[in-house]
Amino acid sequence: MEPSPEEYEGEEYAGGVVKKFMYVNRRAPHGTVYAQEALEVVLIGAAFEQDVSVVFIDDGVYQIKKDQDPSAIGTKNFSKTFRALEMYDVEKLYVEKESMQARGLTEDDLNVPVEVKTSEEIGRLMEEQDVVLSF
Amino acid sequence: MALLHTVNKSPFEKNSLETCLRIAIEGSSVLLIEDGVYGAMKGTALNGALSDAGNRLQFYVLGPDLAARGLSEADVMEGIEVVDYDGFVDLVVEHDATHACL
Repeated sequence: MEPSPEEYEGEEYAGGVVKKFMYVNRRAPHGTVYAQEALEVVLIGAAFEQDVSVVFIDDGVYQIKKDQDPSAIGTKNFSKTFRALEMYDVEKLYVEKESMQARGLTEDDLNVPVEVKTSEEIGRLMEEQDVVLSF
Repeated sequence: MALLHTVNKSPFEKNSLETCLRIAIEGSSVLLIEDGVYGAMKGTALNGALSDAGNRLQFYVLGPDLAARGLSEADVMEGIEVVDYDGFVDLVVEHDATHACL
């Protein structure tokens, strides 16, 4: 149902529908713009107070690698923004175990707290979503 | 004629590195740049293929692209030399031609 005008309080959408949104990141951070754009979209979902999960699969795992310093290649170090997601109540960050292992990475290599899940567990989480957005 | 092959795609996403290793003949060089630098990391599923190719090819990786991705020389496999932008230019000059394996 469409909200009536009085249900909008300033920029907040009071009484809006909350859906489960999953953002699936499968791209490395600096070679293309996908990862950075995905993060913008995650923040939009969070701003609308949706139930947000962010998943890192395949090269997406590299997005949250510690110690990124792109100053010499002229891209933005948006990896720091992942650490701010908590302030937007985005706390469900999942990493696929198999992707991490194939790349020689462990949880200690990551710059944000995540839950490491198997492919099957990620698949089940995906089943629970209302909306799945891929980048 | 010695060729310099550059690879700028992650080996986990595209098969550029694999193709490059297949077509690069003995004495050629391979420079990993941009997302290609992930192929230089220690402890990945690709280490065997790179070690084998190391017998006939010279491998280099671009330092600024490593740093951008949170990687350093310590994360790079043995046998792969880290170069900076000046080193990149030197490699291009030293080889007869450059093949960008996109």
